[in-house]
Amino acid sequence: MAQVKLSAIGKRFGAVKVINGIDLQIDDGEFVVFVGPSGCGKSTLLRMIAGLEDISEGDLFIGDRLCNDVAPRDRGVAMVFQSYALYPHMTVYENVGFSLKMAKVPAAERDAKIREAAKLLKMEELLERKPAQLSGGQRQRVAIGRAIVREPKVFLFDEPLSNLDAALRVDMRMGIAQLHQDVKATMIYVTHDQVEAMTLADKIVVLDQGKVMQVGAPLELYHHPQNLFVAGFIGSPKMNLLTVDAKGAGAGKITVSSGDLAATTFDINETITSESVVMGIRPQALKLVPTDQAQLPATVRIVEHLGNETVINAELASGGNILAIVPGDAPLKYGEKIGLSFETADAHLFHTSGPRIETVSKAKAA
Amino acid sequence: MDNIAGSKSSLSWAVHISLALLVALWLFPTVGLLVSSFRTSDQIATSGWWASMFAQEQNLTLRTSDPDDTRVERDGMFVVEGQLFEGDVPDISVWGVNSREIDAYFPGDTADLGDGETFTLNADGTYIWTGNEDQISGRGQRAFVTAETPPEFTTQNYQNVLFDPSNREGMAKAFFNTLTVTIPATIIPILVAAFAAYALAWMDFPGRALLIAAVVGLLVVPLQLALIPLLKFHNEIGIGKGYIGVWMAHTGFGLPLAIYLLRNYMVGLPRDIIENAKVDGATDFQIFVKIILPLSFPALASFAIFQFLWTWNDLLVALVFLIDSSGETTVMTKQIVELLGTRGGNWEILATSAFVSIAVPLMVFFLMQKYLVRGLLAGSVK
Repeated sequence: MAQVKLSAIGKRFGAVKVINGIDLQIDDGEFVVFVGPSGCGKSTLLRMIAGLEDISEGDLFIGDRLCNDVAPRDRGVAMVFQSYALYPHMTVYENVGFSLKMAKVPAAERDAKIREAAKLLKMEELLERKPAQLSGGQRQRVAIGRAIVREPKVFLFDEPLSNLDAALRVDMRMGIAQLHQDVKATMIYVTHDQVEAMTLADKIVVLDQGKVMQVGAPLELYHHPQNLFVAGFIGSPKMNLLTVDAKGAGAGKITVSSGDLAATTFDINETITSESVVMGIRPQALKLVPTDQAQLPATVRIVEHLGNETVINAELASGGNILAIVPGDAPLKYGEKIGLSFETADAHLFHTSGPRIETVSKAKAA
Repeated sequence: MDNIAGSKSSLSWAVHISLALLVALWLFPTVGLLVSSFRTSDQIATSGWWASMFAQEQNLTLRTSDPDDTRVERDGMFVVEGQLFEGDVPDISVWGVNSREIDAYFPGDTADLGDGETFTLNADGTYIWTGNEDQISGRGQRAFVTAETPPEFTTQNYQNVLFDPSNREGMAKAFFNTLTVTIPATIIPILVAAFAAYALAWMDFPGRALLIAAVVGLLVVPLQLALIPLLKFHNEIGIGKGYIGVWMAHTGFGLPLAIYLLRNYMVGLPRDIIENAKVDGATDFQIFVKIILPLSFPALASFAIFQFLWTWNDLLVALVFLIDSSGETTVMTKQIVELLGTRGGNWEILATSAFVSIAVPLMVFFLMQKYLVRGLLAGSVK
């Protein structure tokens, strides 16, 4: 177990920069999730930590050791692959014991460790089978078991659940959370599924185009996105992002409005010079109000009744879409005019270039 | 809709007939060779191998035992009794005492030879020949018997060809010489090619793509091109003609295809497995031995079969690199060529020798055919 420190890590394939100067501190025993759209470099970053990709620039420390040029086997890491990567010609027992055999662990000790890992993962009855005779979930458990027996300083997971069906995925997610409680090792987990990220992580690293967008606890990212990308990426369904006109309204105040949006004033900590900003509101923060009190008047397009809540896809006057989720069963029909409103404290403001505009009310809440 | 792949073509009968013809075309000479190798030279000379499966009519000319030694006097007449056949008694259909009338009597009939001399032949092959002192003397009486003989096969040819130490033209020595050539000439290229294929598939080093291209290029070089320079080279470095030379030559000629086949197979193995082994602490050599080799078994086996078959059947390379005037290192292919010259008329020897030389490849083929098919397709479709 150890901390992992990335300092200005970069990766180039020829002239193409896929990882761009990433600084990151991962504490001992922490569960960190790398999340981002496909192609953002999250898997590459993980493979660089594992030693499967060269590090073009910057320094990687595992524990206190500089690991840039250390072979994968000497880094003290264990990796679980998306495809499980089990050795098809070996039984589960041999698969789990392979790394110990490579490390020349005596047979008795090896056997004890394999059985202990099998017990932890509830796969004792599978030990004599070949991978081809296992189901997807069982294979994944074997792959995790193979990582556990090495007692690594750092566990690396590369989208380990994406080949499983939905129900099994929920099961295994809890299994991994439980495993983290049990072994208390540092874990780095790559996924594109934000539910996995939100539920598992102590700390989420949001990546886009080889850059860190934001690092923080799951709820901090949800309630306090630092930029437009994180605002749009974290949360499901996506946050509504509306481009609105901005007017300074005295010191530390801003009034935003548009063809769709009635003028709304925010207290902010900076002075805005630009004329348009982006306002973000989560669908869950919108309320149904009578049309004459509406901040956002809209026309209903699609209504999805889920029982406990109603998902409303509505069209704004300007033609843009807005998504609202209201509790209970709202009796709405196609084409109906509705009014939507929100608390200013629930709205997020961003520069059109991306960064967040800190609002005072929000700062207090956080 | 008729032409959808996988649906039954209306021409399938033509396919079936052609297939049957091809099978017959290949099978006919082989079976003929096999049957002939179990027949005596007389049988081969008098009837075709296809007739040997069934009982056949045979005309035999036999003679009774010598009357001067075996005649006994009974009631003033002299009598010779005995058994006409040595060994098994065939099914006698008709018989005669005159070469012009060989079907004159049935078994059990008595032939009148004139002047009171008689000859009786029973179905069990026993005979009674009676007459006066003059008549029952000199040479034994001839009998022309037409008999149904059951199919008869002998392993004598194999005894002669393989186990008779006095037979200097035998195949035994050549058989072992061929084995001595074939086994190392199969194992060495596989070992070398497996290492090379792993490096070309999974290890990063500069010039790798060029090396692969060179290997593919070598596939099209005909081996005849290399015979003379290679032999000169062998002579210069002192290997000369001998087993080492022929092993090296077969290895060299087999390597391009071996490397190409194995590399294509290995490159199709999942990358994750190899990377996982790296993280698990395996060195390149351990990955090769513990992961790659076991997973490449179908490809290794299929190449082994190929290499075995064509080194076994090779004549040219052995002639150039191995066989010298001492005759100690003659392989089977060469031995058969020589037999054709010296024993061209002895079909039983030729058939047996030929069958000895194809028996092992046949066995290899039948034992390993599942790897042959799987290995050929291996790596080509992913």
